[in-house]
Amino acid sequence: MKLALPIYALALGLSLGTAAAAADNGAALPPKDVSWPSNGPFGTYDRGTLQRGFQVYKEVCSACHNMNLVAFHDLAAPGGPGFTEAQAKAIAAGYKMPAEPNDKGDIFDEKGNRLTRPGILADHFPPAFPNEEAARMANGGALPPDLSLIIKARQGGPNYVYSLLTGFGQKPPHGFAVQEGKYYNPYFAGRNISMPPPLMRGSVSFADGTPSTVANEATAVVTYLAWASEPNLEERHRVGFEVMAFLILLAGLLFLSYRQIWKDEH
Amino acid sequence: MAGQSTYVPATGLSRWLDQRLPILRLMHDTMTTFPTPRNLNVWYTFGGILTFCLGVQIVSGIVLAMHYVPNAGLAFSSVEGGIMREVNYGWLIRYIHSNGASMFFLAVYIHMFRGLYYGSYKAPREIIWILGVLLYLLMMATAFFGYVLPWGQMSFWGATVITSLFSAFDQLIPHLGTTITTWLWGDFAVGDATLNRFFSLHYLLPFAIAAVVGLHIWALHVPGNNNPLGIDVKGPQDTVPFHPYYTAKDAFYLSLFVILFAGFVFFAPNFFGNPDNYTQANPLVTPTEIVPEWYLLPFYAMLRAIPQKLIGVLVLFGALLTLLFIPWLDTSKVRSCRFRPLMKQCFWVLALDCVLLGYVGSQTTDAALNLGSMQLPLVWLARLGTAYYFAFFWVIMPVVGWIEKPKALPESIAKPVLATTGERT
Amino acid sequence: MATATEPTRRDFLYIATGAAGAIGAAFAAWPFIDQMNPSSAVLAMASVEIDISAIQEGQQVVFKWRGHPLFVRRRTPKEIAEARAVSPSDLVDGLARNANLPDSAPATDANRGIKPEWLVLVGVCTHLGCTPTVSTPQSPQGSYGGWLCHCHGSEYDTAGRIRKGPAPQNLAVPPYSFASATKIKVG
Repeated sequence: MKLALPIYALALGLSLGTAAAAADNGAALPPKDVSWPSNGPFGTYDRGTLQRGFQVYKEVCSACHNMNLVAFHDLAAPGGPGFTEAQAKAIAAGYKMPAEPNDKGDIFDEKGNRLTRPGILADHFPPAFPNEEAARMANGGALPPDLSLIIKARQGGPNYVYSLLTGFGQKPPHGFAVQEGKYYNPYFAGRNISMPPPLMRGSVSFADGTPSTVANEATAVVTYLAWASEPNLEERHRVGFEVMAFLILLAGLLFLSYRQIWKDEH
Repeated sequence: MAGQSTYVPATGLSRWLDQRLPILRLMHDTMTTFPTPRNLNVWYTFGGILTFCLGVQIVSGIVLAMHYVPNAGLAFSSVEGGIMREVNYGWLIRYIHSNGASMFFLAVYIHMFRGLYYGSYKAPREIIWILGVLLYLLMMATAFFGYVLPWGQMSFWGATVITSLFSAFDQLIPHLGTTITTWLWGDFAVGDATLNRFFSLHYLLPFAIAAVVGLHIWALHVPGNNNPLGIDVKGPQDTVPFHPYYTAKDAFYLSLFVILFAGFVFFAPNFFGNPDNYTQANPLVTPTEIVPEWYLLPFYAMLRAIPQKLIGVLVLFGALLTLLFIPWLDTSKVRSCRFRPLMKQCFWVLALDCVLLGYVGSQTTDAALNLGSMQLPLVWLARLGTAYYFAFFWVIMPVVGWIEKPKALPESIAKPVLATTGERT
Repeated sequence: MATATEPTRRDFLYIATGAAGAIGAAFAAWPFIDQMNPSSAVLAMASVEIDISAIQEGQQVVFKWRGHPLFVRRRTPKEIAEARAVSPSDLVDGLARNANLPDSAPATDANRGIKPEWLVLVGVCTHLGCTPTVSTPQSPQGSYGGWLCHCHGSEYDTAGRIRKGPAPQNLAVPPYSFASATKIKVG
């Protein structure tokens, strides 16, 4: 609803009393305003950025964050990172999935380890932890959210996530208490976030030679997450453009017919 | 006007059919030759637009139901994993359905305000109006049930808040309210049992809507359409056959509506939505702000404006039930606000009031307006807005009808059309 | 002023508008029809890789492919010889029914697989869809050493060809290939 707020406010010429000095009461800063190639009616995703973003997700984020709704075959689908089917297959095979029971009905080996099989294209990204309790246990009681829809699930979308990822390392204002075990991030509601700064300079080494600055890493992973949240964006824009063109033509013809029919009346 | 049928079957086959099931005759009489006032403007095209919206929602909904799983553990992933990602064009059909609901309500509000402005609720069209209010209530129920189905945070918590309204009746009769809410939920809280029955009802109600639409149009065809002048049709010179004049006009304005619809579906599909609904429902975590969809916001504002729970619920129900009495609350002998200078102004204030209430409904309960040195809590605007809403129907409508001096009505519909000048709006 | 019999510019306009509307309706209908086609999740499972290294000679293992049972049978030399010895005129269905070959290929034993030792068949009886039971020396099913379908008595030989009973066609050979000596890719 906040997205439609400007419409309402404009209609009435009202100005909302926003929290004045944000630092006083710990309210989050509004997200940085970044321009994304996927914004706007002609927005697209850049293949290279998506592949770099996938690398960041895989090497950094997937240690704690799930991506349950994305399947390996999506990596080779049009409108996405643009891996070939063979590449996507290789990526999938690099993951260990829980195996189906063998002929003896075992799902554990003699040592008590879960039997596994290599991933296939049909598999989804495996969870980082076996269940919510284990995830919380490993993260000081906090649950790292699933990232499949994170861009659409947060007010501010890509700007918010980008601001969050690049907002670490700032000094809290005087008098602001950072809670035990948490980190200061002015873009997070309440400014105390359980997630440690995930991205550093050089966290990931990009194959295409892009410098691995925090900004580049964040841009890449946010683009990848935007694709994960909205994989059909490019198709939607393309079909939308065709549909609008057709509708405008149809409206024109209907208008002329309508005028022609009514011409006799007056 | 309900007159004699002029249908003459043209072929042997249509003659045979006409003797057994006169459906072609019905279509001819109601949609082809039906005499319609010649002066209907763009605001009269929304009935047809609404029928289109109902059709779109039913077709897209039935198709979505082929892939949706109404189970608390699987609903969210069946929508966000299955429909949006795996089903061919699933993303398109889902966005059509979710944005279609908003377009449906946009059209119904325009349609309702048209009825208020031109006095379409006045005798002999009271039943059309009442059936319309029933349709509006059915739409709200359908939309409420439907919003729960994706099982996001807002789905779950919106369901919890709205069904919990009934617990206010505990204050009337002990245990009555909680008995009702437990019965609605099928559990001690909103859960899987609730989801399953909401899915069943969400599938059912649109067909009830379709049936009441049939009654609504049938009731309309007895006196025939009202018109912007609010004066009765005097003879055939005042009307044109529905086809081709109004089929063409409706088709054109429908195409403009569809352009707007497509704009949202393809380029801003989440404009009307709430990001919290992209997070799966969690009964243990309440979102910081629970907000319904925009079309329910004015009533949400009224509910929250009243601090006392039961009174707030009664005000909410009262606001909706008030609509049923409108044909008898307005005492004016003149139908159309074109000729009612005082009522016209009150009407526009009402329209503005609804937008204001909607805005307040979208904000947090502690939000306030910056007025220089002072802060005005929005809840006071909501109270003012609620007061005006009730005053408009219960005080202004009867009193203004009595004290107002309307402008002179034109002689007939045909007359102002033949003359090139005339008052507009 | 056009005459009544000639199409006027006005008629052309109405025809163009009607045609545009009809074309639009057809394009708009397509997504609603296509959504019932198999989704990307279903298509991702359309192809499977099967490890056949553990299958003994004379043994059949049943896998699942596209929702159907898939028979992978490692034939003994005796079974291969029996299949090769059948004369074409004795066959009920003379076509190979092998998705890897043209439709007209005859039902010779060679045309029923890639390597003679391995028989890969869709385990759906071509009569009415039951799953036939495999015949082993310990537990013979039917008189042809292959399979017997218990539903209506169809009997298949050691190349999965129908020999007796109501089934009209040989058991189907799915599209498959050897990804390696121990792995077949089906579909």
